Parts: sequence; structure tokens; C-alpha cells
Amino acid sequence: MGLRNIIGKRLGLGLVRRRKPFSTATCDGDGNGNGNAKSINLYSAINQALHIALETDNRAFVFGEDVSFGGVFRCTTGLSDRFGKARVFNTPLCEQGIVGFGIGLAAMGNRAIAEIQFADYIYPAFDQIVNEAAKFRYRSGNQFNCGVSNKFPGLTIRAPYGAVGHGGHYHSQSPEAFFCHVPGIKVVIPRSPRQAKGLLLSCIRDPNPVVFFEPKWLYRLAVEEVPEHDYMLPLSEAEVIRQGSDITLVGWGAQLSVMEQACNEAEKDGISCELIDLKTLLPWDKETVEASVRKTGRVLISHEAPVTGGFGAEISASIVERCFLRLEAPVARVCGLDTPFPLVFEPFYMPTKNKILDAIKATVNY
Amino acid sequence: MALSRLASSSSRSADLLKPLCSAISLRRPISTDTTPITVETSVPFTSHQCDTPSRSVQTNAKELFTFFRDMALMRRMEIAADSLYKAKLIRGFCHLYDGQEAVAVGMEAAITKKDCIITAYRDHCTFVSRGGTLLEVFAELMGRQAGCSRGKGGSMHFYKKDSNFYGGHGIVGAQVPLGCGLAFAQKYSKDEAVTFALYGDGAANQGQLFEALNISALWDLPAILVCENNHYGMGTAEWRAAKSPAYYKRGDYAPGLKVDGMDAFAVKQACTFAKEHALKNGPIILEMDTYRYHGHSMSDPGSTYRTRDEITGVRQERDPVERIRKLILSHDLATEKELKDIEKEIRKEVDDAIAQAKENPLPESSELFTNVYAKGLGVESFGADRKEVRAILP
Repeated sequence: MGLRNIIGKRLGLGLVRRRKPFSTATCDGDGNGNGNAKSINLYSAINQALHIALETDNRAFVFGEDVSFGGVFRCTTGLSDRFGKARVFNTPLCEQGIVGFGIGLAAMGNRAIAEIQFADYIYPAFDQIVNEAAKFRYRSGNQFNCGVSNKFPGLTIRAPYGAVGHGGHYHSQSPEAFFCHVPGIKVVIPRSPRQAKGLLLSCIRDPNPVVFFEPKWLYRLAVEEVPEHDYMLPLSEAEVIRQGSDITLVGWGAQLSVMEQACNEAEKDGISCELIDLKTLLPWDKETVEASVRKTGRVLISHEAPVTGGFGAEISASIVERCFLRLEAPVARVCGLDTPFPLVFEPFYMPTKNKILDAIKATVNY
Repeated sequence: MALSRLASSSSRSADLLKPLCSAISLRRPISTDTTPITVETSVPFTSHQCDTPSRSVQTNAKELFTFFRDMALMRRMEIAADSLYKAKLIRGFCHLYDGQEAVAVGMEAAITKKDCIITAYRDHCTFVSRGGTLLEVFAELMGRQAGCSRGKGGSMHFYKKDSNFYGGHGIVGAQVPLGCGLAFAQKYSKDEAVTFALYGDGAANQGQLFEALNISALWDLPAILVCENNHYGMGTAEWRAAKSPAYYKRGDYAPGLKVDGMDAFAVKQACTFAKEHALKNGPIILEMDTYRYHGHSMSDPGSTYRTRDEITGVRQERDPVERIRKLILSHDLATEKELKDIEKEIRKEVDDAIAQAKENPLPESSELFTNVYAKGLGVESFGADRKEVRAILP
């Protein structure tokens, strides 16, 4: 229920003139058009990525609560049968233990892919992620890291995040902002099935610890043509998914489909919106966003997490720093309210299409 | 103590039946006979580092009837919640307790309202046993104003401050250190009361539990850690999650008792024993061997990780309500028909409460901003875009 009118099934509008600044992961292709592509949903795309990851590296492991039978969102279906219980296994109910264990596994040169069942449960593991994983390389002078050998090391933590319509306090949170404050880890959030597969493979193969948040709302809802082969998408590269000239909108994950609807509505009023998918939140692609703001002079950021201290604040501060004289209007943030994620009040809490539309108009008419 | 429970239960039903007063005259009075009856628990207790309580439990007809009525009410309530969820009147998450009623009822019979209970999210029946009304339950499930948490908590967050029921927690394991904190406060205030911190077999593997246990044992806190072992942590069987599924032994230096959680009298005996122990010697672990008929939550059919035969087997052999029914019949305290009438009454009570709850309004939208901080001390909250809407938090 609620005002969240997700029709955003087809977000794969085709990559529109993507800028190519700095790439921080090797890229085997852009997942665009080569090979067979099948129409699948988000959890299937993630499942494919995990299958490929385990296939191409025999020291890759997938573990977490209930992953063996396929997981509560079916992202790990078939892995246990195909790769065996020694590589795909359930853990007891202990997030702190799961992540700590994963760090150790990665430090021995393995690819550890840990699953936290809901991002809301990640907090017991927060200490491990922030104090252990993020700082391992730094404090040991590169002797140890979450991946010691120079081959393909790494720790990836996957967690479903975001509102789902009726999740309430503990099945809807967006905790990305907490992790964006930690130098040493990467935070990646895909918006669609094709993006998810490529980004997840990049994360798994990245030699740094990565937290990969999957928008649970889109697990079944988002359906897209996804190539069946192995491909990676570059991290720390934002993508302009819609060209425009009047205002730049920045977002990530499921929120992009809401923003896109707002852009369509704004177009009817003659406002041309440029929409950017940040993809990687830490380290984020400042250049792409800056270039876009220099073109339009206005920027609006939208995310589900509460507005105070959300990642939008970082983007806003950076843009103001870099583009102050170019800005025609204050940076707008359309985000969740500063309350715990509510139960029955979810429709009021969420940054809906109409709230974004209002903010677009207010910014353009400033 | 049983008398006050009787009075409260009949006044509770009287409140619900007030507008339909014709039904009251048809109600059969619950027996007030207090001549002692001795029953044996189904199995003897097993203990770790302590003595076992006796298998013989003293009870009487009144208590038997109270147990029967309360458990049948809880059973009916949970099944009604199932239907409401399927009808989409309850949304979000709903974790049902049917099968485990004996734990809530037996525990309540052994303690007073000064003792605290804190549990995880499978809390509907515990709330009722602490004195919550059916209206509060259904209204909260449906997110209405008359709910115990004013509609803001939902299924997982039932609380009742005046009877020391501390809820209702989503993150499993997190409630146990909280419970030990409650015990500390009780000891400090010399309340002669204890805290029961309930958790499941899944949560038994959380680190914070052991931290809490260590602190409680170090400081001799009157904390009773109760593991409601229904053998499945969501879909994971206990032997796949725990090296040692003997949860009552996991306290190591803290004593433990294994109890048949489907036998309300065993639970009552164990809780009485535990309370005495905790007040003198510090923490003790109770493992309640119990079973849930429903899946983990309403999104879980409950049959992908266990067989239907297992579920029906437990229902036939160990069902807590049936056990009391058999005891009542074998002691000639009532006929089959009279018990069925009680169940019919209960059905009606539940239906009336649901009807009343359905009429209840949703909370006001301004409630979105209330209770984020203590009143008057939260300063501001911002609307969607931080410029247009600024609410001063109440």
C-alpha cells in the first residue's frame, strides 16, 4: 500500500552517454548487448552473479543465515547444491560472528561473501566492519588486509536494505550513511538487475572490503534483460541515466525509479531533469556529479534514509564546495523523515514522487 | 494470587461483553474449588549444576480451569490473527505463538506482576498473560489507536508497563542484556522480584547473551534466562545452528534446568524453583522444550524445513491445551460439553474484540512525529525537503 507507485520495471533504458572518468576495478565488458540476455528479476541476477563468482574462483565462499536452501529472498538458490556445503553454508544467528569470521577468511586469501539477512540486523557487525575490516590494511602497513595475496582476495558483505511497503522498524532501514563514514570500505548499491550482477561481481573481485546493499523492494519487481555471461561494471563511476539541462537529480537503488517518475512528471511542465545513479557511495564519483551540476546549476538528492546526516548531506556539502558560484539554487534533499522507520505511517515517511516533484519545482523556480 | 487472575479474566471478558449483555447469563461459572490436586509433570526435570524440583505439582480445580481458559483463549487469538493477516487487515510481520501457550501461562502462574518479563517478537500471548486485553492485541496488530503501543509498534512490539512486561523486541538476543539490566534494578531496589528474559533457540547463539549472563553471574543478579526452544530458528533446525543444543547447559557456571515446555505445570514448577533460586543465588537458565505449529512468521509456511507428520505428531501427543483438557476430564471437574462451551465463549470473545478493533481508527498522522524524543526535548524534525516542513517535535 502507500503512495509508492513503483511501476519501474524496466530501468534498463540503455546506457546513455556514460562519462568515463576514473575506474577502480578491472572491467571485462559493460554488460551491454554482447552475448545472450534474458529477462530476469533482481534476485535472479544476484543469484547468477554468485554462481559465476563461485565458478570462477574456487576459493570463494558464500555464507550467512539460511543461505543454504536459497535464502529468504532466494538470492542463493542452487549454490549449495552446485558447489557443496563446504563452500556455501549456513551460519548460526550471529552477525558479529559472521562478519568477523568473514574477515579472517578473507585475510587468508579467500573471497568471503557474507550475507546479512536484513540490513537492519547489520549493527552487531558494525564493530567488525568499522574497526576490523576497514582498518586492517592500514594498521598492518599492507601486510594483512581482507585479502592477503595479490591474486583475488576480498570480503563482500551483502544485505537487503530499504522499504518494502510493510516492513516496519526492522525490515526497512537504509543504513548506508553509517558505512559511508568509514574510510577503508566501499559501499555499493545497484538500481536494477543488470547493474546488480555486474556491480556485485566487481565488488566480489575488488581487493577491498565492500558492503553491497540490495534494494529488497526490487527483488521481484524489477525485471530487466541481463546478459548471461560474466561481466563486471566499474566501481566508483556514477552513471547519468537520463540527460537533462535544468536540474540534476542524484540517487541510488530503488529510489531512482521514484525519482524517474518525478522527472517524467516534471517534463510535462517543461523542466528537463538529469538523473544520476551514484552506484558506488563510497568512494563516490564526484567528477560526474560535478560536471552535471556545472551544466544545470541545480541539484536535488533523494534517499530513503532520514535526512539529517544521510549521505545526501555529504553530496550536498561537496557540491557546494566545488560548484558554489555555479549554483542557481540551494541544494535540495528529499529524504526520509527524522523519525525511526514507522509502521503504519510509512507512506508519510517515504520520499515520494510528489515530494520530489515539489522540490524540483521549488528549486527550478528559486 | 490465582483469585486475582480469575477476577481479572472475568472482568476482562465482562468489559468486552458489556454491549452484548445477554451473553453473560449464558456463561458457565468457572469452578472456584481450591481443594488441592496433585499432578505429575510429563517428564522429570533435567538439571545442570543444581537440584531438580519435584515432579509433583500442587494445583486445584480453579487453576486447572484458569489454565484451560487462558490457553484456549491464546490459541483462538493466534488463529484469529492468522485469518486477519491473510485478509490483509494485519500487515507487516506476524509471529504466532500457538503451540507454545504453556510457557506463557505456566510462567505467569508462578510469579507476580512485580516480576518482569521481557521477550522477543513472538509476544502476543505473553502480553495477554501479563494482563493485556484482546482489544489491545487486535488493535495493535491492525495498527489502531486502541493498541497497547498506540498502533505504532505492531505485532513485534507489545508492551505493558503497569504489569512489568517489557516487550516486544525485533532484534533477537538484544533483549537479554536489557533483561539483566532490569534484574539489576530490581536487586538494587530490593524488590524481591526477578526478571525473566526470554529468547529462542536461534538467538541462543548471539554473543550478547553470554555477555549478559557473565555480568549477571558476576553480580548475582536475579535474572532468569529462559530459552524457548521450539527447535527451529526460522528455518534452521537447532542441531544445524548450535554445537550444543542443550541450551540449559550453555550457561556453564550458571545452573540450568530443562523443562517440558508443553506442560504448563512443569513450566510453573520450574519458574517457581527458578525464582527462588535467582533471588538467592543469581542467574539460572531455563530451557523450555516447546513447539510452534505455525511457521516462523506468516510469510513462512512452516513445512519446508519440517514434515507435516512431525507437526501433527506433536499436536496429537504434546498439545498443551489438550493436556489440561484431559486432566480436567480425568479428575471429573467438568464434562466435555462444558469445556466445549467455554471454548465457544472464547471464540465469541475473540470475535467481539476483533469487531471492536476493526472499528477503531488509525493513529493521527501527527503521531508520526511524537515520541521520537522525550516530550519537549527533541527540538526539530524536518519534512521531506528540509525547507518546507519543519515540525517542532512534541
